[in-house]
Amino acid sequence: MTDSQWPVWEVFVQANPGISHKHVGNVHAADAEMAIQNARDVYTRRSEGISIWVVPANTISASSPEDQGAFFEPSNDKPYRHPTFYKIPEGVKYL
Amino acid sequence: MTVQEAKFEYLLRLGDSSLIIGHRLSEWCGHGPILEEDIALINIALDFVGNATSILGYAGQVEGKGRDEDDLAFMRGEREYRNLLITEQPNGDYANTIARQFLFDMYMYFLYEELKSSKDETIAAIAVKSHKEITYHLRHTSEWMLRLGDGTAESHERLQNGLNDLWMFTSEMFDMDEVDAILIKEGIAPDLTNVKASWEKRVHEVLTEATLQIPTTTFKQKGSKEGKHSEHLGFLLAEMQYVHRAYPGAKW
Repeated sequence: MTDSQWPVWEVFVQANPGISHKHVGNVHAADAEMAIQNARDVYTRRSEGISIWVVPANTISASSPEDQGAFFEPSNDKPYRHPTFYKIPEGVKYL
Repeated sequence: MTVQEAKFEYLLRLGDSSLIIGHRLSEWCGHGPILEEDIALINIALDFVGNATSILGYAGQVEGKGRDEDDLAFMRGEREYRNLLITEQPNGDYANTIARQFLFDMYMYFLYEELKSSKDETIAAIAVKSHKEITYHLRHTSEWMLRLGDGTAESHERLQNGLNDLWMFTSEMFDMDEVDAILIKEGIAPDLTNVKASWEKRVHEVLTEATLQIPTTTFKQKGSKEGKHSEHLGFLLAEMQYVHRAYPGAKW
């Protein structure tokens, strides 16, 4: 099925200063300015964020499902890679 | 006319314009050209209704007869309404709605900028809050003016037609009468001469950029300040006020 609407843009919203932008969904828009305005109206109406990124969905390259075994499973049995042996200092919020 | 009477009248003019254009925009709910734009328009509609709630609530206090914002919104007839004629004009096609919204947003932008320094603290506080919303509305509608005006031959023609039809309603936005004179003297309301100059300059700039013609209509339609409206307002109020009047005091 072909999409008769404008191109899709992926939307990333930053909730607070200092933390990373998080993917929240997507919008249709003819260009970047419209994408930012649409994202503002669809995803930040309830004080969800302070900054918005939009990225044309067709510019995102993704790993394919067939790669799952080779890419991700080898890390399952290597717990020493997790930083669970450290104590997190008090007062560190967004680690 | 006392200052209090003038202030009540002035607040009705501000609040009614916001309420009526907010209601008009809400008619697009579920009918927007695309989902995202539908949501955007209804957001803007809600901003206007919120602004009207604050202003009419304050109008009721100023009047001092125990009427609240709901009484003022739902229990007045069209001859008691003071909204600008442009705000009650039907939506038409999408270009027509954008033209109406653009002309009114630009007016509100410069008017509320002045109202931020009103000597009436409540009006100033409402203006500060609303001006942020209006700034976004104007950005949204200006963007659409450029897209449609400088878009396809059809979008250009539709937008130009919308502007031509609405132009006769723009001059009354800047008319001043006794109410304004009293409140200008008190430092509560601004002289609209400056607002008009800023409005004309920016509207011309955007229209030029959007490859649109400034309408040449010289006919001026007015009457809202005396409660004389176009035939459209009665139908709008009938729909807007129906539930409130059919079920007085209903709560949910």
